[in-house]
Amino acid sequence: MASVIYNNVIKNFGNVEVIKNLNFEVKDKEFLVLVGPSGCGKTTALRMLAGLEEITAGEISIGDRVVNDVAPKDRDIAMVFQSYALYPHMSVFDNMAFGLKLRKTSKDEIKRRVNEAAEILDITHLLDRKPRQLSGGQRQRVAVGRAIVREPKVFLFDEPLSNLDAKLRVQMRAEISKLHQRLQTTFIYVTHDQTEAMTMASRIAVINKGILQQLDTPQMLYDHPNNLFVAGFIGSPSMNFFPAKLSVSGGKVMVDVDTFQVQVPDALAGPYKNMDGKKVVFGIRPENIHDPEFAPPNIHGEKVSAKVDVTELMGNETFLYLVNGKNIFIARVDPRSQKRVGDEVQVIFDMDKFHVFDVETEEAIR
Amino acid sequence: MTTLSTQKPSNPISRFFRWFFYRSRGDSPFKTILIHAALIIACVIAVYPVLRVVTISLRPNDTLLTTDLRIIPENATLDNYKEVLFGSPEKNRKSDFFLWIWNSISIVAVTSVISVILASISAYAFSRFKFPGRSAGLVFLLTTQMIPAGMLLLPLFIMIAKLKMINTPLGLLIAYAVTAVPLTIWTLKGYYDTIPVDLEEAALIDGANRFTVFTNIILPLSTPALAIAFLFSFMGGWSEYLVARVVLQKNESFTWPLGIFTYAQQFTVSWGQFAAASVLIAIPVMALFLYSSKWLISGLTLGSVKG
Repeated sequence: MASVIYNNVIKNFGNVEVIKNLNFEVKDKEFLVLVGPSGCGKTTALRMLAGLEEITAGEISIGDRVVNDVAPKDRDIAMVFQSYALYPHMSVFDNMAFGLKLRKTSKDEIKRRVNEAAEILDITHLLDRKPRQLSGGQRQRVAVGRAIVREPKVFLFDEPLSNLDAKLRVQMRAEISKLHQRLQTTFIYVTHDQTEAMTMASRIAVINKGILQQLDTPQMLYDHPNNLFVAGFIGSPSMNFFPAKLSVSGGKVMVDVDTFQVQVPDALAGPYKNMDGKKVVFGIRPENIHDPEFAPPNIHGEKVSAKVDVTELMGNETFLYLVNGKNIFIARVDPRSQKRVGDEVQVIFDMDKFHVFDVETEEAIR
Repeated sequence: MTTLSTQKPSNPISRFFRWFFYRSRGDSPFKTILIHAALIIACVIAVYPVLRVVTISLRPNDTLLTTDLRIIPENATLDNYKEVLFGSPEKNRKSDFFLWIWNSISIVAVTSVISVILASISAYAFSRFKFPGRSAGLVFLLTTQMIPAGMLLLPLFIMIAKLKMINTPLGLLIAYAVTAVPLTIWTLKGYYDTIPVDLEEAALIDGANRFTVFTNIILPLSTPALAIAFLFSFMGGWSEYLVARVVLQKNESFTWPLGIFTYAQQFTVSWGQFAAASVLIAIPVMALFLYSSKWLISGLTLGSVKG
């Protein structure tokens, strides 16, 4: 078990800088998820840790050892690949035992470890089969099993659930979380799926264009995104954004979005009192926009008019796609809401839960 | 049931036509007939010379030049085969046939093994590593295949002569290996390219080094490609005449293509023995081909599509 430290890590492919000065620490026994859009550099960051990519500059440490020049086999890590990467010519048992055989582990010990891992993953009955005889979910379990038997200091997962169907993905998600609790080892998990990140991680590192945007617990990322990118990336449907201007008058702070105005509650107005006339991006999550009929009591609600463009009934909730002037936004409302396409409606913005971002720096203002 | 049985054509000719056209994936009867006619003609063109060789090998010596078209000739005899295999005490001629076969098999088999070993390693480097001259090297290897064998004869002869390897199996072996390796490298590189790099990376993390990855992962997965490379190399050398003619000049070191030309004397050609030897020589390579046909087919299709 060990912590992992990225210290000023840079990675260039030719003239393209894909990782720009990455600095963070993954704590011992932590489940850290690296999340970001395709091409943001998250997989490259993981592969550098695994030793599969060279580091252009900076240092990566596992425990108290800098591993920049250490071969992958000597880093005491195990990795689960998106493609499973099972050896097709070997049985499941041999796949799992391969790493141990290379390390000259005794036959009895290999058998014990493989059987133990197989039991944990419920694949004991598959040990004699070849990978081609397994389903996608079973292959993924074998890939995880191959990592477990090695008893490494750090587990690396590179989008391991991307090739599974939605149902299996949910199931495997829970199993990987359980595995982390059981093994109590450092897990670093790369995904582009923010739902996976939110449900599994102890902490999430959001990466965009090779830059770490924010590293925090899932709830903190959701409630207090540091910038426009994190705010838009975390959450589904994503946060609604409106280009706006702040206006301060008589100690009251208003957010002026051309076609409507909402007032910032006094308790939250402090940071904006000296920003009269400042151009900002006003953000509010869909679940903080309510149908007035079902709005929770005791909120600082502000009424906004809009026209219903599309409705999506999800059963336990309804998504209203609303149009206000040039702005299109989504409200996640109570499923009993009777709003229908074409209706001119009023919705309530919960002004206790809004976000304001600087137009130029895209940083949160709070 | 009644309806079905009335719909079934009862007469065998109708059944054959129904089967014939049903198999033809919905093409019109005219197109089907045309395709089959073309294929039958092509088969006849391909098979006819072989059948003629078999026929000539079975003819008694006094009917060699007959224009009879029967495949099994009148008074068919195996005398030519006997003479090829065991010689002819009456003509005071002993047979070197088994020696030629042995020479051919040993030279070609060793050549194939060497070229597959060399090519499998070089192809791995070309497939997986980026190094200066990689692309140029690959193009160069391909270019060597574009030079006609005849043009290589003189330089090959000079090189082998300077190495004092004229009339030695080693001389021919080197000549064959250097011509077989480039194509084998290309074949194997194409196959290696289709093996996901993830497998190697997984093995590297599991504790393997590059050599272990190559021996434990890449080679076992490349069995079909290695088999086809071996086979191509073997078949290329098996019936090769020109280079062998230049390198080998003594009867006891002849490979079979040179050997059977001893049946063609200055004034007479023993066509019967020539044909019998040709038929006998086809047997080992046909056996090898049939034995490895499953690999050959999968080896050809694998590598073209990423699976």
